[in-house]
Amino acid sequence: MPIGSTPPKFRVRIDQDQCMLCEQCIENCPYGTFRREGNRILVNSRACTGCHRCIAMCPRDAIDLEEKPVAYRSHPIWTREAREAIFNQAKTGKIVLAGMGNVLDVPPIFDRLLLDACQVTNPSIDPLREPMELRTYIGKKPSRVEVTTKPDGDIELLTRLAPNLRCETPIMIGHMSYGAISLNAQLSLARGAAAQGTFMGTGEGGLHKRLYPYQDHMIVQVASGRFGVDIDYLERGAAIEIKIGQGAKPGIGGHLPGEKVDESVSGTRMIPVSSDAISPAPHHDIYSIEDLAQLVRGLKEATEWKKPVFVKIAAVHNVAAIASGIARSSADAVVIDGFRGGTGAAPRVFRDHVGIPIEAAVAAVDEKLRKHGVRNEVSVIASGGIRDSADVTKAIALGADAVYIGTAALISLGCRVCGNCYRGLCPWGIATQRPDLTARLDPDIMWENVSNLINGWTLEIAELMGAAGINSIESLRGNRDRLRGYMLDENLMNVLDVKTVGAGA
Amino acid sequence: MCGIISVIDRSGEPMDGSAIKNALSLMNERGNGEGAGYAVYGAYPDYADHYALHLFYDNLVEPKAIVEQELEKWGTIEVSEMIPTSEQPRLRREHIPWRYFYKPYPKSMGTAATEEDILIHIMNKINTEIPGALLFSTGKNIGIFKASGWPEDVAEFYRIQDYEGYQWLAHNRYPTNTSGWWGGAHPFNLLDWTVVHNGEITSYGTNRRYLESFGYKCTMYTDTEVVAYLTDLLARQHALPLELALKALAPPFWDDIDAMQEKEQTMNTTIRMAYGSALMNGPFAIVVANSDGIAGITDRIKLRPLVAAESGDRLYISSEEAAIRVMDQNLEHIWMPRAGEPVIGRVR
Repeated sequence: MPIGSTPPKFRVRIDQDQCMLCEQCIENCPYGTFRREGNRILVNSRACTGCHRCIAMCPRDAIDLEEKPVAYRSHPIWTREAREAIFNQAKTGKIVLAGMGNVLDVPPIFDRLLLDACQVTNPSIDPLREPMELRTYIGKKPSRVEVTTKPDGDIELLTRLAPNLRCETPIMIGHMSYGAISLNAQLSLARGAAAQGTFMGTGEGGLHKRLYPYQDHMIVQVASGRFGVDIDYLERGAAIEIKIGQGAKPGIGGHLPGEKVDESVSGTRMIPVSSDAISPAPHHDIYSIEDLAQLVRGLKEATEWKKPVFVKIAAVHNVAAIASGIARSSADAVVIDGFRGGTGAAPRVFRDHVGIPIEAAVAAVDEKLRKHGVRNEVSVIASGGIRDSADVTKAIALGADAVYIGTAALISLGCRVCGNCYRGLCPWGIATQRPDLTARLDPDIMWENVSNLINGWTLEIAELMGAAGINSIESLRGNRDRLRGYMLDENLMNVLDVKTVGAGA
Repeated sequence: MCGIISVIDRSGEPMDGSAIKNALSLMNERGNGEGAGYAVYGAYPDYADHYALHLFYDNLVEPKAIVEQELEKWGTIEVSEMIPTSEQPRLRREHIPWRYFYKPYPKSMGTAATEEDILIHIMNKINTEIPGALLFSTGKNIGIFKASGWPEDVAEFYRIQDYEGYQWLAHNRYPTNTSGWWGGAHPFNLLDWTVVHNGEITSYGTNRRYLESFGYKCTMYTDTEVVAYLTDLLARQHALPLELALKALAPPFWDDIDAMQEKEQTMNTTIRMAYGSALMNGPFAIVVANSDGIAGITDRIKLRPLVAAESGDRLYISSEEAAIRVMDQNLEHIWMPRAGEPVIGRVR
């Protein structure tokens, strides 16, 4: 018995008086929302994803788009989303996929943390006049510095620093692979990151030749599929990251459908054209922390101990204990990806229900690493749902050294978070490999958006630090005294180790 | 606000406390009568080998018995006495100042633990677990005298003029972060380290959590406490020369480090990367002292004043030139140290 159709999510309308029949909307919508019949543009609202490409490209502002009011009987529990998910699954019998990050209506903890500012007793520092230092070194630090004083009084340094990444800002761009996103998107991100003196991740799709000019600002990823991994790839990266899990889908692997594996993706990933690229849930040589430690050291050995090795995990319930194990595995940084992390495609049920928020994860990890006396020796990178400079500042105050941004960087390239990345039809040329669509993104222009975004956030972080009377990022890190919890429950405030609003020093 | 003044006689010649009392009182505009204190090195020559433990007791019954039980577990109390005081009309007595001259049993905590480890354990234990007792000074041959009150009243209360020593530190407090209380008055002491501080350490949360991972417990509810602990960690536990320890607390800016010669650059980069969490931010002028000397330093953009002056063997470091001139009319050299640049005076 067929369930039949569900109501469209969006209502698209064209103002026929304004429309000049240029057909830009037809050309720009890969989902087939528009068509021309005679002297009119007709609309199939059902096809619309809310990507806004048509609106952005319409020269006459003739297109209106709104979320269509729910046509179902209203119900507080059986929401439209819940019902439609069941309809979909009843039709297909498959796992339901979804793009981008968690969509559940739970307030971000970041929004319930407030930052401090100086008044009277302690001057705020004006970043326009005074030095403000956001430079961040990611990598292993010595637990103590050893020196020897020679008979002539000269002090000689005995400690040798391990290789670190020098970032001019605590903002890096997380791993989004070639395959999941287009080469033009990667080129834009890489050039933007390099311009700001920071880094971006390759994702697990290998490193395309055209990215070689930016390799000194790229972190190469080794995921369970090991796509594109050879010694040349490892040596080109400024650092290496082992991906164990990601926030949007903890505990499961990845899958790039064969249709997306064209000649170029195939060459970069080192797999046959049109073959499915499957990253298994676990690495098949890692079934314990000891196995991970061996891979960390193996990668270091292969690259002559010249590159920091990071390990990325999804934020899960015992994230702190896992991170502590990683910190003591010779890894130089732990990347923690919270449950708001975005992705091209994840099972809906994972995206929305597995994992924990990055705020709590960072606080717990920082605390555990301190208890184990290793916090100072390893860097912590937070990712998954960082939306603005305030989120970055709060993440650092909770204990992160730096953050990875993903979705925010894509938004700077035009992404409208329509959540249809898994369909490979991204109208903005980001999450697609279709040549006519990827051609819409010109990396020679769009890198500036990425660079501007990082620069703008960096300036704002400097202002926030200055307002708090802090002129170096080191003094913000783990400085939870600079945060207050607002409308957070007591248990959560204990995990975050922050006081409530109104509580003094 | 807050006013600090310190002096060292590099030849080791003792000075009595009358001059520094007058100098500190001159800076009463920098205080509000809620805290003042004095530290003197060389105060107890007769017990120079003993740790001079200074405590505040709320009463001499329960806390004192528990403290003494703890002390006797790890060592011998040579002398136990009330610190001599004289009542002052403007000073409200809130605690009973007490002192012990104390010797820990070597190895009583096991083979690796030093005498200092025992003292730190005792200090943490008393200050976190024994209500009604506060141990605020644990150095050898060092006296710390502090209370809530104006400098001249606190000095008269403890009869500061009767003590002599080769280096003095004094502090006039205008508390902002926490209410004025006896334990929150400066100087702060830990073993051989003594600190006076003018300012507010905005990196306190970072510094405190860094110190806690090394076992220190911050119990005084004030940001200055971390300076004493940071100095102890870097200069004693990590055995860094004082110049380098201070560099960790107020390091050069990266731009300056980038412009240095290679050797200096490597040293500064290493110190800053390893001890980023020890970096002190916010406005501060501090003087830290140990039995070898005193060192004054300001924050990296000099948001608090600091003046240094020399006269013969004496080196003065203060918030105000006028205060130094109260102590010495014939200064030979007087200067304003640059931001983050330490002024160090050592006993010869």
